[in-house]
Formats: sequence, structure tokens, C-alpha cells
Amino acid sequence: MPQLEILDLKAAYGQEPVLENITLSVEKGEIVSLIGPSGSGKSTLLRVLIGLLPPIAGEVHLDGERIDYGDKRTLRSLRDRLAIVFQQYNLFQNMTALQNVTIAPTKVKKRPAREVEEEAKTLLSKVGLGDKFDAYPDELSGGQQQRVAIARALALKPEVLLLDEVTSALDPELVNEVLDSIRLLAAEGMTMFIVSHEMGFVRELSSKVAFMADGHIVEIGAPARIFDQPEKDRTRDFVSKILRH
Amino acid sequence: MLARIVAEAPEFFSYYNIVFLLEAMLATFALSAVGCVIGFAAGFFLAVSRRTISVLLLPLRALTAAFIEMFRRIPFLVTLMMVFFVFQVLGLDISMFSVALISVCLIATAFIAEIIRAGLESVHRTQWDTAAAMNMNLIQTLRYVIMPQAWKIILPPVFSFFILFIKDTALASQIGVVELTYAGKVLNNKGFSAALVFGSILILYFILSYPLAKFGARLEQKLAAARNS
Amino acid sequence: MSYTLQFGQVTGYLPYLAGGAWISLQIAFLAFCGGMVIGLFGAMAKTFGGRALNHLVGGYVTFFMNTPQLVQIYFIYFALPDAGILLTSYEAVLIGMTLNAGAYLTEIQRAGFESVHRNEMEAAETLGMTLMQRVRYVVLPHIARVLFPPLSNQYILMTLGTSMAAIFGVEELTGRAFNVNAETFRSIEVFSLTAGLYIVVTLAATLLLGLFGRFMFRAKMRLY
Ligand SMILES: Nc1ncnc2c1ncn2[C@@H]1O[C@H](COP(=O)(O)OP(=O)(O)OP(=O)(O)O)[C@@H](O)[C@H]1O
Ligand SMILES: [Mg+2]
Repeated sequence: MPQLEILDLKAAYGQEPVLENITLSVEKGEIVSLIGPSGSGKSTLLRVLIGLLPPIAGEVHLDGERIDYGDKRTLRSLRDRLAIVFQQYNLFQNMTALQNVTIAPTKVKKRPAREVEEEAKTLLSKVGLGDKFDAYPDELSGGQQQRVAIARALALKPEVLLLDEVTSALDPELVNEVLDSIRLLAAEGMTMFIVSHEMGFVRELSSKVAFMADGHIVEIGAPARIFDQPEKDRTRDFVSKILRH
Repeated sequence: MLARIVAEAPEFFSYYNIVFLLEAMLATFALSAVGCVIGFAAGFFLAVSRRTISVLLLPLRALTAAFIEMFRRIPFLVTLMMVFFVFQVLGLDISMFSVALISVCLIATAFIAEIIRAGLESVHRTQWDTAAAMNMNLIQTLRYVIMPQAWKIILPPVFSFFILFIKDTALASQIGVVELTYAGKVLNNKGFSAALVFGSILILYFILSYPLAKFGARLEQKLAAARNS
Repeated sequence: MSYTLQFGQVTGYLPYLAGGAWISLQIAFLAFCGGMVIGLFGAMAKTFGGRALNHLVGGYVTFFMNTPQLVQIYFIYFALPDAGILLTSYEAVLIGMTLNAGAYLTEIQRAGFESVHRNEMEAAETLGMTLMQRVRYVVLPHIARVLFPPLSNQYILMTLGTSMAAIFGVEELTGRAFNVNAETFRSIEVFSLTAGLYIVVTLAATLLLGLFGRFMFRAKMRLY
């Protein structure tokens, strides 16, 4: 049974449809990469999955159980198991790096503060921020904020992790560091949705690659197939452009 | 006019009159201060209730919106009369000070709710989203994420409103609340010249309001400077 | 003690009360226009004037902003006769409200003037505009757009403020409400109806001013 199954999902911002006919299933420990041009709906799909934008049609099943995005209780249990790293990081501006990481585990999951703090410090150190525990978001560079956001998501110990372009604001050295952490998580068997433009990385780690355009999944398959033998012209265009750089 | 003021001044500034005026000044201050504190608590509740999403709470949201929209559009004098007559009809014996206080609370609630609503909205939507994605409930989101960011936006206009009401409560003299303006009318009726009495009353209001206004302006500057930290 | 609301007797007075609302709007309009003139001179004095003028205007604004309008009118109405200035209650109310409005409108307009940025002027200059053209095409439209929302709000606030004229026997909306109350003794009904009229009048003002501002100045705003 797939861990997460999306069936014919549709979503809109107001009247404007942004996602249509999204069907996708993920086994436990799989990594699905979403690629596609800007504005194709990648971020929106992640927002729908974590319940920030209620879908207007279609179904999402988590471990075979249908998620009712209108129902508070199932929404809460869903968010208990999923975590997201936003494309714009979205750190809490009024909290230090450390507080950003500890707030949800202590206040939402009600875990003991001391234990959480130790864990948070380890996580932050792991992403290279061992000396920035007490820095506020506006005292951190974009790349540093992005890493805090990653640590914050990991501190929730999610079963499924949604990563939205987590390497976009990083310099090349850090890209590798962050990608290494993701590799490690993959090795530990965490299920992930990754939006990324790092094609080498996508190719190496993904179980499946979904190419999105205009709110649709144009093509989905193993990375080798999407990159080397795309069926659709749209995909071939995009892949050739992106690999050329 | 001046000669008369000078002639009356020694008698006017008698010990008794000064105490009377200071007590009235305190009543003016208390009316506005207590009203705003209660109005803040109630206004906060209203502003937050407007952010709920449950369908069940729809009537609450509609009621809240109507309350806020209405009480900001009724002159204080009319609100005073309504509260006054409602209590008279109910046969409840409460002091005129209480009638005025309740009126101030009603209006303060409506105005401050609107200020708080704007303050909550000033915090970027993504902060709300992120808190929701991390499973924080409304109270946790407000307490840990939104209010620590919004209070800097909320406080200055609330303070301005408080100062505004120090002056607007002058209307409470109309139903006989012994505050500064009423004290002026009493002394005027005792035969002191209007120029002396109301001139003094104006100065006393100024003494009350001006330092607070200065403080409010400084507060606003400080908070604006501290916004990005 | 039981009390049944009976609006029947009071609704007959609706036209009379509505007429009062019209008078309220007129008082607000007159005081607003007077206040705008004072405010325009005040704001210019504060922006371009010398130090003495600046202090003078500043003193006027500070004094009127930190004292109640009601007591200002008491002073004008009851104390000025001592100095030989006799005014009817209507005149006293109007003068008091105008002076009060002048103080607030000085501040509002000054802020509007200050929002015209130097670089906007310079940009216009590099386009080869003459001073008159710059004022006409850059400065005035900018000021109009910036000032329209706070001026509209001030007007609505002043409409509510006119109710204190009733205390001086002026028969505007609240004054007429007192009259109807004295005749019918249906106090709650009378004053709820009066409150309703104030709500309707100010809502209409919000709506009309909002549409006007959006249409004329493309001012994006959240009015009162
Ligand atoms: N809050 C919003 N309100 C209205 N429309 C939105 C909103 N957010 C996104 N959109 C629209 O939805 C579409 C999909 O946006 P989305 O952010 O999902 O794209 P994306 O694939 O993540 O792009 P990028 O690679 O640039 O991040 C776009 O056309 C965008 O304009
Ligand atoms: Mg995106």
C-alpha cells in the first residue's frame, strides 16, 4: 500500500485553477521530485498536501486513510506526520534560530524543553549553524535561514518531508552540505517530496520524477526515463534546457 | 474680562476648589483608562473571533463585525443616552459614572477591535501559514508568533485612542458624571466667571493630555525603530 | 419592571429626525471647509514659514488637539461675552468646530506636503517640466491621492462630532432626538433610531467617498 496517494487532485486560488488532474502515489521511503518551469504549481502542490490550500476536488490518502482537509482532527494528525520547508523559509521573525526549531516540539508536541533543546542544537550544528543559535532571522543570510528552516522541519520528526527548493539560496559548498543531509535522511528511509532544480541530485536520489507544467503533471517516471527518454515534447524541451546549463 | 479673572482668582483657587478639580481630573483619567483597558480585552476577543474559520462560529463572526461597524459610527453622546435609558428602563440603580464607563467600554471595544484586527493582519500571511503547518492552534499561533510581532503595530494607535477619549469623556458631564467638564459647570454656576472656569478647565485637560500625547509619539517612534529586530 | 419596545409612535418622527441628520451633515461640511482653509494656511506656514510662524501654528494645533472640543465651545459661548463678543449657540458651535477641525487638518495636510519627495520633483525636472507643470502634473495629483483617505476619515469623524451641538440647543440630529424624546418618552426607541441614522449617514459617506477616491485618485484605501 502506498504511504501517500494523490488522486485526481484539483486546487485553485479563488477562481483561478492552479492544479488539475494531479495523480501520484508514493511508497514509504520513496523520494518524489517535482520539476517544472516557474509558476507550474510545484509549491502549490506542497501547500495543498499540508492543508494550507484546501483542494476543490480529488483525494489524498495517507496510509490508506482518506484525508478530509475540511476536518480539524484529521488535519491535525496529518500535520503531525508531515513537515514542510517553505521556498521562502518563513522563519518566525520574533524568534531566534534556536527558538524557531524548539517552538513546535515543546509547545505543540509538548515534549520536555531540555531534551528538545539538546536535539535542536545538534540539528542546527549539523547544518553548520552551531554558532548562530541566538541569531534572529533578519540577522541571518538567506542560506542560513534556509538551513534553520530545514532543522526546524526535522525537529518535528516527520514521516513525510516536503522540501521546496531548499538549495536555491545556498552557495555551492553549502548546497553539497544540505544535499548530503538529505541523502542521509533518504538512507534512513524518510519519504520525501522535493522541488528542486539540482538535476544531478534529482537524478541520483529520486525514485520518481514528476514534470509539471501549467498545473498538470505532464509526465512522471523513473529519473532515467524522464531525463533520457522523455515521451512528451514539453518534457524534452524543459530537460534539454535545464541540462544544458 | 481680565480684570474680573484677576479679581476672582484668589477665591477660585481655594483649597476646596483645587481638591474638587483634582478629583474631577482623576475621574476623567479613570473613565478613559479603565474603559480602554476593558475595551482592549474585549476588543482583542472580538478581533480574534473574526479570525476563526469554523462554520459553526459564523454567527459569532457576523455579530462581531456588526458590533464593530456599528459602535464606531454612533456619537459618544448618543451611546451615553442609550446606555443611560436602558439602565433606567431596566430599573437598575447604577451610578452615572458606571453608565459613562459602560459607554466608553462599548465604543473602546469597537475601536480597539478594529485596531487589533489591522495589527494582526500586519503580520505577514506566511507566518500564519507556517504556524498552521506546524500544527499550532489559534491561541498558540497568536501567543507565540503573531502577538510578539503585532503588538508594536497595535500599541501606538490604542494609546492615541486612549488620549482621544480623555477629551471625549467631557460629554459625560451631560448626564451628571462628576468629571472635569462637569466640575467646570458646577464652579461656573457658583458664580465664577466662565472665562476663568473654562480657561482653567482647558488648561487642566491640556496638562493631562499633552504629556501623554508626547509619550505616545515617543513610544511610536521607538517601536517603529525596533520593528526590525 | 417590564418594558416593551414600541417603535410605532417614534417612526412618525423619522422625517423630522432625517431632517436633523441633514443639518448635522451641513454643520460638518461648513466646519470642514473652514477647517480646510485654516489647515491649508497652517500647513503652509509649518512647511515654508519661519520659526516664529512655526511656533505660533504649532501652539494652536497642540492646544486644540489636547483639549476637548466641548469645553472649547463652552469657552467661546460663555466666556467670550465677557469680552464683548456675543454669539448665538449655532455660531459658537460652528466656530468651535471649525477651529478644532483646523488644528487636525493642519496636521493632516502638513503630512501630505511632506510626503512629496524631492526625487519625484527632480525626476519631473529632468523631463523638462516647468515649475507650473510640475505642480500641476506631479505635486497636486500626488497630494490629492495621499490626502484623500485621511481627509475623508476626518470628515466622517466630524459628522459624528456634530452631535455635541445638541448640548447648545442646536436642532441637528441629536438635538431633535432630545426633542422627540421629550414629547414621546420612548427614550430607547428614539435614541436607537437616532443611532441608526448616524450609522446610515456615515456608512453612506464611507461608501461614496470610497468610490469617489478610487475613481478620481485611484486611491487604494480602507476608509473609516
Ligand atoms: N497566493 C496566491 N494567490 C494567487 N495565485 C497564486 C498564489 N500563489 C501562487 N499563485 C499562482 O499559482 C501558480 C502556481 O504557483 P506556484 O508557486 O505553485 O509555482 P511554482 O511551480 O512553485 O513556481 P516557482 O518555481 O517559481 O516557485 C502561479 O501561476 C502563481 O501565480
Ligand atoms: Mg515554488
